[in-house]
Amino acid sequence: MHRFAALYAELDRTASTLAKREAIASYLRDAPAGDAAWAVYVLGGGKLRRLATSTELRQALAASTGYADWLIDESYEQVGDLAETIALMLPEGDGSLADEPLQTWMEQRLPALAKLESADRIAQLQAWWRALRPAQVFLLNKLITGSLRVGVSHRLVVQAIAQWSNQPTDLIAHRMSGTWKPSAEALTALTRAAGDDEHLADRPYPFFLASPIEHEVETLGDMSEWMAEWKWDGIRAQLMRRDGKIGLWSRGEERLDGRFPEIELAGAALKTDGVIDGEILAWDAASTLPRPFTALQKRIGKLKPGAKLLTSAPVCFMAYDLLEHEGSDLREQPLRERRDMLAALIDGVDPALMLSPPVVADSWAALTVERQQSRERQTEGLMLKRLDSPYRVGRKRGDWWKWKVDPYTLDAVLLYAQPGHGRRSGLFTDYTFGVWDGDTLVPVAKAYSGLDDKEIGQLDRWIRAHTTDRFGPVRAVEATHVFELAFEAVQLSTRHKSGVATRFPRILRWRTDKSIADADKLDDLRRLASG
Amino acid sequence: MSDPLLQPRPEGLYCPAGDFFIDPMLPVTRAVVTHAHGDHARSGSGWYQVAAAGIGLMRERLGQDALIDAHDYGETFRMGDVEVSLHPAGHVLGSAQVRMAYGGRVVVVSGDYKRDPDPTCVPFEPVPCDVFVTESTFGLPVYRWPPMTQVIDDLLAWWDDCAQKQIPAVLFCYALGKAQRILAELAPRTERTVHLHGAMLRLVESYREAGVRMVPTEPVSESARGRDFAGELILAPPSAAGSPWMKRFSKASTGFASGWMQIRGNRRRRGYDRGFVVSDHADWPGLIRSVEDSRASRIYVTHGDGDTLIRHLRDLGHDAQSLRVLRGSDNESGG
Repeated sequence: MHRFAALYAELDRTASTLAKREAIASYLRDAPAGDAAWAVYVLGGGKLRRLATSTELRQALAASTGYADWLIDESYEQVGDLAETIALMLPEGDGSLADEPLQTWMEQRLPALAKLESADRIAQLQAWWRALRPAQVFLLNKLITGSLRVGVSHRLVVQAIAQWSNQPTDLIAHRMSGTWKPSAEALTALTRAAGDDEHLADRPYPFFLASPIEHEVETLGDMSEWMAEWKWDGIRAQLMRRDGKIGLWSRGEERLDGRFPEIELAGAALKTDGVIDGEILAWDAASTLPRPFTALQKRIGKLKPGAKLLTSAPVCFMAYDLLEHEGSDLREQPLRERRDMLAALIDGVDPALMLSPPVVADSWAALTVERQQSRERQTEGLMLKRLDSPYRVGRKRGDWWKWKVDPYTLDAVLLYAQPGHGRRSGLFTDYTFGVWDGDTLVPVAKAYSGLDDKEIGQLDRWIRAHTTDRFGPVRAVEATHVFELAFEAVQLSTRHKSGVATRFPRILRWRTDKSIADADKLDDLRRLASG
Repeated sequence: MSDPLLQPRPEGLYCPAGDFFIDPMLPVTRAVVTHAHGDHARSGSGWYQVAAAGIGLMRERLGQDALIDAHDYGETFRMGDVEVSLHPAGHVLGSAQVRMAYGGRVVVVSGDYKRDPDPTCVPFEPVPCDVFVTESTFGLPVYRWPPMTQVIDDLLAWWDDCAQKQIPAVLFCYALGKAQRILAELAPRTERTVHLHGAMLRLVESYREAGVRMVPTEPVSESARGRDFAGELILAPPSAAGSPWMKRFSKASTGFASGWMQIRGNRRRRGYDRGFVVSDHADWPGLIRSVEDSRASRIYVTHGDGDTLIRHLRDLGHDAQSLRVLRGSDNESGG
């Protein structure tokens, strides 16, 4: 554990991607394979089960320190991270468990913790804390609470493994896709040279992701080299039929099997094997338009949807690309050929399997006009794909661009604030904003991002000095400041007091030039939602 | 609050029986100043009482013409009807607690203080009293300072690492107290020269004149134009971060020495590459210990996260109250 804790500390204190990659590669060189496999798994965002509740951790901390609950709460509010609060408050442990390998923790100690009765779990936590140094206590708590965020992407871990093992990055990425189970053997298998016997049949391909376009579209050159299609707002996924077996994987590389039976049925209806990249959408057959994302959310959580839900919230698979056909990897073929094969493969197979239609225009100017229909078509804008492009791995700039329509905006008043987490811990950075409903302000959006550090600091001081009420960590503040928010969509909602839900709200700017009387009205949002 | 020894006023903390202010923010007739940080030592008052150990720094701060009486620690002098003496606070060179005795009662205003060893100043002396006034800059149990040897180990490892990478190491720290403490802690460990930002030169000189042993230092400004600082350690005040002055240290790794660096969120938010936990204030155990050591029957808590400390002290059975004293920007002593 101490070796991994040292790696974590090193990753934590540098912002340089290069330095992080070096640190991981260097750890992989030195650590036993069993530990390294687990390190790779947790750093790459592998799912950890939450093994103890935060209440149990707090109880264990109170028992170990004798501190009152309110003092623990105050400390947590300042630190913004329970795992760290605990490491900072405990008496220093003796380090007798510091050398215990990460593998032992992950495969034996932590699974055993989950099986204990709550009181025994609390006692076990205290015993472990007594035997670890603060940096290791912190890391153990992170593993127990299932959130190990240290500014390392899955991609970066893949690159570090590639650097250490001297294998191509894309090969490692593909081998790690899907459910990769950490073990010494799995790590060895991951890093051996590519062979003809490579069997990746149960894995999706790493997704190719588009980047936001930053220049005028005209700079992309001759339009005949490009294909445009709508940017659908659903769940990006791969539908695969291999040896007749059907699989459905999300971009988060989670298996979605069972959740969307109509799409699996459509896959089963394919005449030949293939792997299709596309988007799962809640679909309204009558208007032939997707329904709002909230409709899809009803389906995401349901492992085995019932007949009623299948009828009330049907889904479809909007196909973008064909990555594999009859066992051969097509990713190096140009997009225009892949699209032709895709069209032939899915034509007339099943109404739930649709080809994402190209948006045809004879000039960039004409395409710009087409793009104005994005919202009516319930899309986020356009995708621009070079017809010659291969299907790349990850977010590579140049061949695929997303050209989103401008967001909606509204002016809203800051009503509540609560402390942020991670880099923003101890500062009031999570804000709730409201608009006018008659002569009262009702909350309509929560937003975290959009202010710079200087503004955050300024607002933090203001919030502290102008708190009117406290509800746990949440502070109500005087209605004074107006912010311009951007959001992607607004929908009617029965779950929200205001009756509307905004999608992806974020702060565009602090409108110091506006007073609260200038803030927008709820009626306008309602109209937008029902329109 | 009507205490003949203690009264908060707009100018600062006032002692009615002695007719003087402690660390006044505005010019007054008679002032007792606890230490030389800018938010405590303000020029313009008629007559100052300070600790002799910090007289050089006080002259820098209050002006060469200011009327200043310097007192040895523990020496008693009269202000009106009050017997006053100054006692070491362990905060920075010449820092003092103010002990006031009148009518059979003793009040101690501790000013800013710390309990950790510091080679640049006389250690904090517990002074028994009836009323103890304490700061609470770090008034939460998450603040516990690591041993200085460990911090210096980390600092040297970082310096070596920068030397190996052929880049400068720029450490930001407050110019009065923190910088000298680091230079003094480095002295038994290395002979290497440390480079100083201009704002630190006279203060470091004052410490040397007071007999504090530190590593050799050299002003950055005296280095030849275009000099390569690769592998060198440079100390600078936090205000120099992001200024044009930094341009000469290309690709520098930056660090910040402060008690606030104890919290990961602060380290990451500040955008420095490294955080070193060094503070000239008491940590949580230091605050609690000092309150216990004072044996006072009433505790007043000044700035910082005072509410938490007050509530905790009450839980422990103390009569603890808040004492609001306005302070200016604590750019100099902020951690």
